[in-house]
Amino acid sequence: MAPAPTQAQAGGTRSRAPRADIPVVEFRDVTKVYDGGSVGVERASLKIGRGEFVFLVGPTGCGKSTCIRLLMKELEPTKGEIDIAGKTLGEIPRSRVPYLRRNIGTVFQDYKLLPNRTVYDNVAYSLQVIGESRQEIRRKVPDILRMVGLSTKLHNLPDELSGGEQQRVSIARAFVNHPPLLLADEPTGNLDPETSIGIMQLIYRINRTGTTVIVATHDKEMVDKMRRRVVELREGRIVRDQQSGLYQHDESTTEFAIRLRGELGVGDEGHPN
Amino acid sequence: MPRGAMNFSFFLREALRGLRRSSAPALAALLTVVITALVLGVFIPIVQATTGTANEVRNRVVVDAYLTDDATEADRVEVQRALEGTPGVKSVEYISKDEALRELGHKVNDAQDKIELLGSNPLPSLFRVTPEDPDELKAVVAQIAPGGTPRLDAIDDVQNRESDTGKILSATGLVKGLGAVMAGLLILASIALIANTIRLSVFARRREVEVMKLVGATNWFIRWPFVIEGVIVGFLGGVLSVLLLAIAKTTVVDPLSDRFALLAAPDTIDFPLLVILLLLACVAVSAIGSGITLRRFLRV
Repeated sequence: MAPAPTQAQAGGTRSRAPRADIPVVEFRDVTKVYDGGSVGVERASLKIGRGEFVFLVGPTGCGKSTCIRLLMKELEPTKGEIDIAGKTLGEIPRSRVPYLRRNIGTVFQDYKLLPNRTVYDNVAYSLQVIGESRQEIRRKVPDILRMVGLSTKLHNLPDELSGGEQQRVSIARAFVNHPPLLLADEPTGNLDPETSIGIMQLIYRINRTGTTVIVATHDKEMVDKMRRRVVELREGRIVRDQQSGLYQHDESTTEFAIRLRGELGVGDEGHPN
Repeated sequence: MPRGAMNFSFFLREALRGLRRSSAPALAALLTVVITALVLGVFIPIVQATTGTANEVRNRVVVDAYLTDDATEADRVEVQRALEGTPGVKSVEYISKDEALRELGHKVNDAQDKIELLGSNPLPSLFRVTPEDPDELKAVVAQIAPGGTPRLDAIDDVQNRESDTGKILSATGLVKGLGAVMAGLLILASIALIANTIRLSVFARRREVEVMKLVGATNWFIRWPFVIEGVIVGFLGGVLSVLLLAIAKTTVVDPLSDRFALLAAPDTIDFPLLVILLLLACVAVSAIGSGITLRRFLRV
């Protein structure tokens, strides 16, 4: 099980026998070209081990979301293979995809909550879907909502909550059955910096229970504060993979000057003068 | 299977929630189902009654064997015996010249007066022969016609009313065909409308479907509420139309059936059986309707 200190809520976790040497996520030379011809990801190779916390960073359209969607098997790679916990996604038949997704928690920028259901029902929903018994649901949902700090809002509807609170609900839903992998696509994209810190703390706490976390973000401040592994994408290519990195690569003054010139459109990038 | 039971109650709740949220299209589908079932419920007995009547007419099919004018009483007895002995003949009835004239008088006004002008009764006396099976009419005709096997010189001519029955049968066939086509079209319309209702319902709940997929619901887990929704619409429509039919039957048809033989036709379908058939048809139609949509619009 999870090599983490927090095991109190891990009661319902499915028994799985992960081998320590198998990475939770592995991209092997993955290319995704959309039907329209635009490139989502190009020749990306990446390994993420158990319990890691990884930021995928880069400007909009750089392929962060494509990576997330590839991992959920919402998209199929055009070339290359993706493994999750040693299983190649391409070999999973369509009918087994739901079972794959039960082991992946997902958090999105737009929360994806069901607007006409209460907080409690929203979280309970993901348990009902996987056929959890009523007692289990009644036990787990209040627990997880307490963990995300929403125990007083069980019976509110999502639109009665603030953005941060809604994101907490979606995190609770993603984590209520303790998946070994949590994917977050711009989880703080709609939130102010103060609220974002709370959300990130929550995701970090989930990571501390042993769950592998992948966060796609362009929240520079957050990445710089957290100092975790950073994978930077640019136009679909992985341009940097750095342990405890910053949002931007530390640059020397020369590099800075080159970039600035490039951005201002003065001079050629290769020639500082 | 407590888990299955729990799932079913979950599906049922989801289905009812879906119906509440897309009640307008659901109502339209319900009405189409009601109309379809009503038309079916009216058409099945009508078609049966008309076929029943046609059969009755067919049973009344007779062969008229006209006697020659100079046939004696002895010839008459001989012919009658021969006819009664012919295989396939059910009954033989003798109609004398006078009776024939009287019969004609029923059909034609002033027949009596007109014939009096002729001075004598031109109508031949005849034997009305009823065959056992209308389909064997031709065989019977062949036997008793002049030149048949039991040679009967006293028989002048043999005629049957095949053409009449032919007309009746083709008319009932037309009624049946039209009824079937109408029922078929209405069933198609019902299926299409239910399919559309489910489609709207799927569309209204695409967010929910998205979330369901996200948290790992299996395809059938997502589909069941929609199927149940369709079946509920179909079943309600069936019940409603059966109620309407029952009301119509007790208030209109039953009092009238004493007076009109067609309504009281003996071999129409039993009402309970009709009810069961209609309910089954409604549920089947709605299940097909939702099935079609789910295949096409919920490829998950």
